[in-house]
Amino acid sequence: MAPELGQYALVLAILVAAVQAIVPQIGAYRRDAAWMGVAPVAARAQFLLVLFAFGCLMTSFIASDFSVVNVFENSHSLKPLIYKISGVWGNHEGSLLLWILILTLFGAAVAQFGQNLPPTLQARVLSVQAMIGVGFLAFILFTSNPFARLDPAPFEGAGLNPLLQDPALAIHPPFLYLGYVGLSVAFSFAVAALIEGRVDPAWARWVRPWTLAAWCCLTAGIALGSYWAYYELGWGGWWFWDPVENASFMPWLAATALLHSSIVVEKRDALKSWTVLLAILAFSLSLLGTFLVRSGVLNSVHAFASDPARGVFILAFLVFVVGGSLTLYAIRAPSLKGGGLFRPISREGTLVLNNLLLSTACFTVLLGTLYPLFLDAVAEEKVSVGPPYFNAVFVPLMTPLIAALAIGPMLAWKRGDLAGVLGRLKVVAALAVLVGLGMAWYAWNVMPLAVLGFALVAWLALGVFREWAERVRLFRWDIVDSWRRATGLPRASYGMSMAHLGVALTVFGITASEAWQEEKQVIMRPGDVQTVSDFELTFVGAERLPGPNYSALAGTFAVTRDGQPVTILQPEARTFTNPPMETTEAAIRTTLAGDLYTVVGEGDGQGGYAVRLYYKPMVIWIWLGTLAMMIGGMISLSDRRHRIGAPARKPAETADTDRDSGALAAAGAGD
Amino acid sequence: MRPKRQRLLIVITGLVFIGAAIGFALFALNEELDVFRSPSQVADEGFPEGKRFRVGGLVEDGSVSSAGIVTTFRVTDGANSLTISYDKILPDLFREGQGVIALGTLNAGGTFEAQEVLAKHDENYMPPEVADALKKSGHFKPEGGDS
Repeated sequence: MAPELGQYALVLAILVAAVQAIVPQIGAYRRDAAWMGVAPVAARAQFLLVLFAFGCLMTSFIASDFSVVNVFENSHSLKPLIYKISGVWGNHEGSLLLWILILTLFGAAVAQFGQNLPPTLQARVLSVQAMIGVGFLAFILFTSNPFARLDPAPFEGAGLNPLLQDPALAIHPPFLYLGYVGLSVAFSFAVAALIEGRVDPAWARWVRPWTLAAWCCLTAGIALGSYWAYYELGWGGWWFWDPVENASFMPWLAATALLHSSIVVEKRDALKSWTVLLAILAFSLSLLGTFLVRSGVLNSVHAFASDPARGVFILAFLVFVVGGSLTLYAIRAPSLKGGGLFRPISREGTLVLNNLLLSTACFTVLLGTLYPLFLDAVAEEKVSVGPPYFNAVFVPLMTPLIAALAIGPMLAWKRGDLAGVLGRLKVVAALAVLVGLGMAWYAWNVMPLAVLGFALVAWLALGVFREWAERVRLFRWDIVDSWRRATGLPRASYGMSMAHLGVALTVFGITASEAWQEEKQVIMRPGDVQTVSDFELTFVGAERLPGPNYSALAGTFAVTRDGQPVTILQPEARTFTNPPMETTEAAIRTTLAGDLYTVVGEGDGQGGYAVRLYYKPMVIWIWLGTLAMMIGGMISLSDRRHRIGAPARKPAETADTDRDSGALAAAGAGD
Repeated sequence: MRPKRQRLLIVITGLVFIGAAIGFALFALNEELDVFRSPSQVADEGFPEGKRFRVGGLVEDGSVSSAGIVTTFRVTDGANSLTISYDKILPDLFREGQGVIALGTLNAGGTFEAQEVLAKHDENYMPPEVADALKKSGHFKPEGGDS
């Protein structure tokens, strides 16, 4: 019964979405309040209907109703409950339903929290949001019905890919989708603004929280996926530049650029058409990512299905959305009047540089991802683009970005004093050079790039601290005054510092773990000892252990350092029966100083086992850094100015704050 | 005049940037691209020694032997085969009859020294390159894979 109700709810949802797409748009054109008023109601109704459908699918999964094709193919009655639930989105149809659920959730949220928006803008935003909804609901109803029945119903399901039976991966897709789909709100705002023909600081202030929320979720989703790859795939790598990873990284880069350019629109009423373009591109890249992953153009763990009809549908939708919005942009953008002027050396100037570098980085990822597809289609040549390419292009792009990251926040708006700022950063610069020199002495023969990496990390981390210290006048030694200033700083400012510090931490983790990782792949017999870093690992032995739905070959390592026992590591190689598959469970000892990573492989039949042993210094800092970025985003989101639904401040007040921060910077210049 | 000039400046800087980046990226692409060759292509046309490329096919039955950590096996596309040696631990799903892809270089003796061997995490998975190579040599059995 539940599947039929779910199906019915989806049909109703697409009808509601169609109404929501058309009526408010006409209403906004005619300034008809009643017609525009349809939008919020419809948005909530659409959300509830899709939520109901999602609940129906989840019920089928929890009840293990194998008469539903989707449940049969992706679930198994013996599976733990959490993986029955995560199985809902661990497949093509279900993940699409989750996509739509989040899309309608954002629609309903705009209806709920956007009550202070101008009515025409809100109506248009919700209408555009509904157009996307119609497209995806049509996609799911016509090509990927999650509720299709199976007759006769089988007694047992086929099971979920064991690699996906993991807590991090259970919550990875929802976060990633919250990010992907959250960008649809920025997109809808951009398209609505183009239709209205008006982009102003108020618009930027409304868009920013949504972008920020989406960006936080996207950051979390990518970090979770990367951490999962690190401990589950058993290769000790955490980023493979796999097309599927790139598909999530490109929207992240675009969203990061968008976050920064919308500040310029908000504060200085400039860079408007560029920001609108970025909002369109960020969501287009999300759609492109969905297309790449869902169409089966790329084969990977993520390609649940390779059905040409689905690929064609998403491609057509992609062309419609991207083509349509860019056409609208081409027509309307010239009429967006540029506002505030600024010198190249100014806060705005560095934000432009940030945008240039981020969008160029995004483009090079796009190039590396699509080029093999292009070459295959044109010349029938199968090629692959691997990490060397991405490393080669990313280092030169990220270096100036990080270098500028310490300077930008200290420059004044409109017209900055670069010499002054550099003067105030001279201690920071000296320390960074010192770190660089120290590293050059210590690490030059290991990895020359590490020298650059550590110098940049020192520069950025100290720069962030310097900027904060300047704002609170820490070095004037008036603790009371500094405390007052520190507590008085807007949260957005702390958010920015935190996020930028996160970048430094991540770069630190990447540099250290790449430069000093140790790897051993050897055959070990019980009693054999291997030394990795300053740990001695004694292979105690390996035995077969039964698990709930697998059997495992479990190896045991006794780890000592200087003769003192440290820990016991027990990696496993698991063989699953439903579906038949093998996975590697690495055993990892994680500390802030580094990870000891062990993997056990097959026996050689003579009592020896193939094992992989890694030592990865500081690797955890990569994810601590992303965590800091995400927390920074959330702190910033909690700022009163960004709070969704907070009444817009009066322009006069904004001008005041601008003058304040200008005065603060000017005062700082006198230090 | 000022706003126009300023916008022009931004646009030009942007274009120069993107242009330089594209140039550099294309250069890097050219350097770092790994082409795919089937065992038949290697047998017919050869491949420059020491240059990295990818080769793929099915692991030939009875061809796998190991000495310590080094494993030697042959991949075949039905018509021709190529000997591959690999000095690391093979992936979980590596076995005879399975479609695999190896990345590495040919040595002077004509053996392919792999730096990386991929067998995807799915028992039905057939790398598309391998499926293609098998189709070309006329040995493709669709029931073996789902591509």
